[in-house]
Amino acid sequence: MWKWLHPYANPEVAYHFTNKVLPWLSALAAIFLSIGLVWALVFAPADYQQGHSFRIFYVHVPAASLSMGIYFAMAIAAFSSLVWQLKLADASAAAMAPVGAAFTAIALITGAAWGKPMWGTWWIWDARLTSELILLFLYLGVIALHNAFEDKNLAGKAAGILTLVGVVNIPIIKYSVDWWNTLHQGSTVSKLGKPSMSLDMLWPFIFSFIGFSLLVGVIICLRFRNEILARNSIRPWVRNLVQEHTTK
Amino acid sequence: MTLKAQSAQETEEVAAMNDSNKLVHSKLDNSTLENSALDTYSLESKTQPTLQLSYRHAFMLVLKRDLLIAMRHKDDIINPLLFFVIVITLFPLGIGPEAQTLSRIAPGIIWVAALLATLLSLDRLFKSDHLDGSLEQMLLSPHPIFLLVLAKIFAHWLITGLPLILIAPLLAVLLHLDENSYTALILTLLLGTPVLSLLGAVGVALTVGIKKGGVLLSLLVLPLYIPVLIFATSAIDTAALGLPYSGQLAIIAALFFGSLTLAPFAVGAALKVSTN
Repeated sequence: MWKWLHPYANPEVAYHFTNKVLPWLSALAAIFLSIGLVWALVFAPADYQQGHSFRIFYVHVPAASLSMGIYFAMAIAAFSSLVWQLKLADASAAAMAPVGAAFTAIALITGAAWGKPMWGTWWIWDARLTSELILLFLYLGVIALHNAFEDKNLAGKAAGILTLVGVVNIPIIKYSVDWWNTLHQGSTVSKLGKPSMSLDMLWPFIFSFIGFSLLVGVIICLRFRNEILARNSIRPWVRNLVQEHTTK
Repeated sequence: MTLKAQSAQETEEVAAMNDSNKLVHSKLDNSTLENSALDTYSLESKTQPTLQLSYRHAFMLVLKRDLLIAMRHKDDIINPLLFFVIVITLFPLGIGPEAQTLSRIAPGIIWVAALLATLLSLDRLFKSDHLDGSLEQMLLSPHPIFLLVLAKIFAHWLITGLPLILIAPLLAVLLHLDENSYTALILTLLLGTPVLSLLGAVGVALTVGIKKGGVLLSLLVLPLYIPVLIFATSAIDTAALGLPYSGQLAIIAALFFGSLTLAPFAVGAALKVSTN
């Protein structure tokens, strides 16, 4: 596997690889998102109790779980950059952090918008909301630390250490906040055996979830490509690329 | 130097090293060993150490050095304490003097103030050492960074955490803390403030090379302090109701041991990045 993987540690190869993957990923994301969201927002039956406002759920839940997922992906990238000194892993972590922060913010905002009609208030100091807010702070800390260093290599390493410290702390923070207060409704999707959601509602959810995951992939690929170019701007292959583009 | 003399010196060195190991194991004659240890430590970067420092002595040496520096700059000890006192004084002024309200929020206020005071004092943990270059010497020394970092953190806790614990009961009186809660307050502070020092050290180590690291530090460290805050205040609240709070204490103790074993590694890695 290492033999197969290690060429991608070369920035140039990685750049061309992302270039090749990107159109496919974008097309798939567009298909899944349009099917999922149209189905979810227009055709899926309204909830008997929550009415139409439950449809926020189709954006809220994917955003919330992706915000967690991106942090773990960042932690894996940080780990491999610290252990195997992969510079591209740093670049990918740097590409992921703002995306993760944005999705955390989306989850919080959509959650607030759902909470207003359902709970009658924009914000409740409930366990899940609070831990999502703390996750946002962790993301912002990583981004701020990354920006504080002039040298991008140092910045990547420092942010990587912070990411790993954060990933150890996330479960602790999550359980402590759970202990502290629980008001949020129990999870509805993760009960795999017997979903407490009707299938008419579940299918559009699956589509929009996959769509959002692909969208995250697309955005990260775009940012990753830019990171590679920015970090290798003095390399000949980047110069050649720029020249090709300018002469066209 | 003749060859003979050189070889004689070498054998002497080896003998001294073996001797020192024996000394350490039999715990003999601490004072002379430490004096010689001090000499070797200061000369370490220039000459070969003639005496191998044991882990315990390296730890004690850094600890003593940091405590000595703190004693010479008493402001560093007093100012965070004053901050702690003043912040706590502000709350009754802002919220109102009703004893009932105050005793309800006292655990939270004391703990939040303790978090902030620790945060303020964290800067001195590595900053001056980084500026005068002794931090790099420590990283270059043959001893595990884990140990040296642990000594520095322990010194920081002795300087900032311990005075805070001593003064906390007095402030609790000002805030009308429930009488049942005093033991819980002291116990949570005793277990919790080392966690604050340990986790904070990671943040300081990451930001020590940055010029305006102060605000950044709070952004990095405060989210990590949340579990300690939650369990400590919960323990104090439970104690006020006269219920057992050993569960919360056990979790804070778990946090303490977890950070005691893991945080110094992160600090070491971060210091290596920061000093580059």
